[in-house]
Amino acid sequence: MNGNAGGWRPETPLPGHGAPDGFTGNRALMLEEPLLFESGTTDQCGVDLPPAPEVASPLEGTLLRDAPIGLPGFSEPEAVRHYTRLSRQNYAIDLGLFPLGSCTMKHNPRLNEKMARLPGFADVHPLAPQQTAQGALALIHLVGDWLMKLTNMPAIAMSPKAGAHGELCGLLAIRSALEARGDRRQVVLVPESAHGTNPATAAFCGYAVENVPATADGRVDLAALQVRLGADVAALMLTNPNTCGLFERDILAIAAAVHEAGAFLYCDGANFNAIVGRVRPGDLGIDAMHINLHKTFSTPHGGGGPGAGPVVFSAALAPFAPLPFVEKTADGFRLVEEENAEAHHARSFGRMTAFHGQMGMFVRTAAYLLSHGADGLKQVADDAVLNANYVLRQLEGVLDAPYAASGPCMHEALFSDKGLAEGFSTLDIAKGLIDEGFHPMTVYFPLVVHGAMLVEPTETEGKAALDQFIGALRSVANRARNGDPDLKTAPHFAPRRRLDEVAAARKPKLVWRPPPAG
Amino acid sequence: MLDAIGAPSVDALFADVPEAARLSGLVEGLPLHAPELAVERQLAAMAARNQPAGDRPFFLGCGAYRHHIPASVDHLIQRGEFLTSYTPYQPEIAQGTLQALFEFQTQVARLLGCEVANASMYDGSTACWEAIVMARRITKRGKAVLSAGLHPHYVSVATTMARFTGDRLETALPTLADGAPGDDLARLLAAIDDDTSCVVVQNPNIFGHVADLSDLAAAAHARGALLVAVVTEPVSLGLIRSPGEMGADIVVGEGQALGVGLQFGGPYVGLFACAEKHVRQMPGRLAGETVDAEGRRGFVLTLSTREQHIRREKATSNICTNSGLCALAFSIHLSLLGERGLRDLAALNHGKAVRAAGRLAAVPGVELVNGPFFNEFTLRLPRDARPVVRSLAERGILGGVSVGRLYPEGDGRNRGLVVAVTETVTDEDVAAFADALGEVLA
Repeated sequence: MNGNAGGWRPETPLPGHGAPDGFTGNRALMLEEPLLFESGTTDQCGVDLPPAPEVASPLEGTLLRDAPIGLPGFSEPEAVRHYTRLSRQNYAIDLGLFPLGSCTMKHNPRLNEKMARLPGFADVHPLAPQQTAQGALALIHLVGDWLMKLTNMPAIAMSPKAGAHGELCGLLAIRSALEARGDRRQVVLVPESAHGTNPATAAFCGYAVENVPATADGRVDLAALQVRLGADVAALMLTNPNTCGLFERDILAIAAAVHEAGAFLYCDGANFNAIVGRVRPGDLGIDAMHINLHKTFSTPHGGGGPGAGPVVFSAALAPFAPLPFVEKTADGFRLVEEENAEAHHARSFGRMTAFHGQMGMFVRTAAYLLSHGADGLKQVADDAVLNANYVLRQLEGVLDAPYAASGPCMHEALFSDKGLAEGFSTLDIAKGLIDEGFHPMTVYFPLVVHGAMLVEPTETEGKAALDQFIGALRSVANRARNGDPDLKTAPHFAPRRRLDEVAAARKPKLVWRPPPAG
Repeated sequence: MLDAIGAPSVDALFADVPEAARLSGLVEGLPLHAPELAVERQLAAMAARNQPAGDRPFFLGCGAYRHHIPASVDHLIQRGEFLTSYTPYQPEIAQGTLQALFEFQTQVARLLGCEVANASMYDGSTACWEAIVMARRITKRGKAVLSAGLHPHYVSVATTMARFTGDRLETALPTLADGAPGDDLARLLAAIDDDTSCVVVQNPNIFGHVADLSDLAAAAHARGALLVAVVTEPVSLGLIRSPGEMGADIVVGEGQALGVGLQFGGPYVGLFACAEKHVRQMPGRLAGETVDAEGRRGFVLTLSTREQHIRREKATSNICTNSGLCALAFSIHLSLLGERGLRDLAALNHGKAVRAAGRLAAVPGVELVNGPFFNEFTLRLPRDARPVVRSLAERGILGGVSVGRLYPEGDGRNRGLVVAVTETVTDEDVAAFADALGEVLA
């Protein structure tokens, strides 16, 4: 049970507990690093460039730069050190379990990285003549084909850049399909537990957003939905499994009701990891769903991106999918874009982005798909769900689990702040976990649970790692229940203590400026 | 583990999935798992069917540029602490990402000539559309006027989105005859009225023309409109005055040229900068400076009350994931160059491009269209450039982007060939291109 069998304890003293201040402010491997602008000069350069040829330039006068830009430069060793030092102030999956619910922080296999760097993928221009990029087009086609089979959906748009961009793509297809039949519906229904991107996307597309109520067991209230559905509703945006970590049991009835009302069913695919290889969204009556390649298919999150959000479509929406897309022909692969789209795709709603999508992410996804196969992907879902249920049952005694009785959870376990000592909150638990060497779980989301803590362990954690995390969270939760004052000031051992976010927003400092002279 | 859960089997954990939707076996039509060696072999075979830019004379641009990326850039972004971290929602253990983003924002703001910048967008085309929407929010006006020289994919993204949001866009197709973008400028000046939220102009534009935007900025401001400037080749800003200095209110860009690589179109990194007074209308994430409980400087994501996870349907944008790792690559490349390196690199690109333009325009029947240009220019060929590009490719030369691929409308425009020349092009490459072009056109 105890992952730290030897009982080793760090001996770093708390600040102000007798450690010498020192000269640099550094503490052994904890190294402070100034900003680029505080340490570099504009005449230093770490790149050896040949001289420019002497030419008669057509550029002159007001077209030319005449003032300094203010960009410091660094030698290679200086730059390597700067960024290496910065990197060490980050938590990462490579360091340990990263249980952010709904974010699917699974291991990022390094084969993916190696394949994405093959010059045949990495060094090809997006507008290269198609005859010179057949392998790249074949790869996009391959990934699209896998995603359509895994979802049992007949069409796909590969170009959306991230999950929210995919949502936009899905809703634009829905609106196009409605308009094509002369239908100007104005409302999109979104459950309260949905990701914030859902209502933001619907509003961006010009829809009014209305909440769908949930039942006491954390699922969509089918009866209330049926009452609300009508001729003004364009779509229901559903997340399944939902953000309470539960599978929407009534999904078939929900889909039938939505379709009967003439509306479309959009599924937020952020939680596809729970069901990949086991359940095909097309079999659930879904019309469009984005797939976060940076979640289910292991492409790295990179400190906030890039992601990739391909969207699969039902037959009803397929004709409206955006350009470009890759088509297999008798003599190879063809990129259908504006130049050759007319005859093939007259009803396409348009273009989401320049070029053809996140190719680098497609290559990583292809490596992941081929490595796992249909059997390995099913095991991904199995293990992700097994791990989450283990976490749920091991912790429900110490943390309130509002939906523990709603059936097994899927890939994530949800807890609330009920039962903590007066004045203690979810935030304190999160910061306490940092001192235990873990990244905290998703906090204060979903909004339907007070002080929510959403734990998604993913399938790439073994039992020993889960047990250590469970032990740490149990310990921190007990401290919060017992009102340990040290927890209120956690983290104590991170590169920074609690940061003042209110001050940051009140008077934003978004760029470095030199301190005033004198 | 199943005992601890109290479930008889893993299948039992999926009991809430309706029976009709449960697969009895594996998903059909897909192979089983494969070992690393086999996967590598299969993907390497696909990669080998492409012709990488580094293997041959290469002259493509039009929004994606091939520059030499120092080896340390890719090494550093592959450090696990950068590669496998998440959006820095827990700032105490994400200072590395946050400080790097704060530095990126400062570099971008200075490079584009604006007061502030955000922590990146998906790419240049989506940043451009977000700038149009931001200008509408600031001015509360519904019409945007787009330059004919704006990248056609960017125009296409904006027209697609505008159809749904109700924004009105005035667009025009470029003509090859615009040796200098004079006609376009006249059209833009004439189109600005009291309902105009912004004028959107790209510099250098899709044909490589470079212009001074100052008069346009003044004309827009005189009618209460904003100037949105788009930069798709940030290396140009080592030589050319930045759009911010020319008076642009919002400057967006594609940052791919620095640190990111071609990657067949993505992931890239959108740049987004503006005046400080507009920051609360800005989309995307922002890193900001603050202090911790002991008064030490630190960085956090800030002004998130603009964002979807707080504001939901009232957010300024639905953007969530951005392009953090590409922003880091951009920032590292720019740190290695520094101001002197960027200026030297820009001069090198420009010098090579001017020379190449002279050599290519000497091919019989070929004319240079441009007046002022940076590292990209447009040639007018005696016939449709599309088959010429294909014939050049058969001769092992990736000889630019045919205007006909970008603008299928025809109308004489398709004789245009857009050619980019960066520091990666050698004199031998140019000679081989010129010879092959002569042969193909003969």
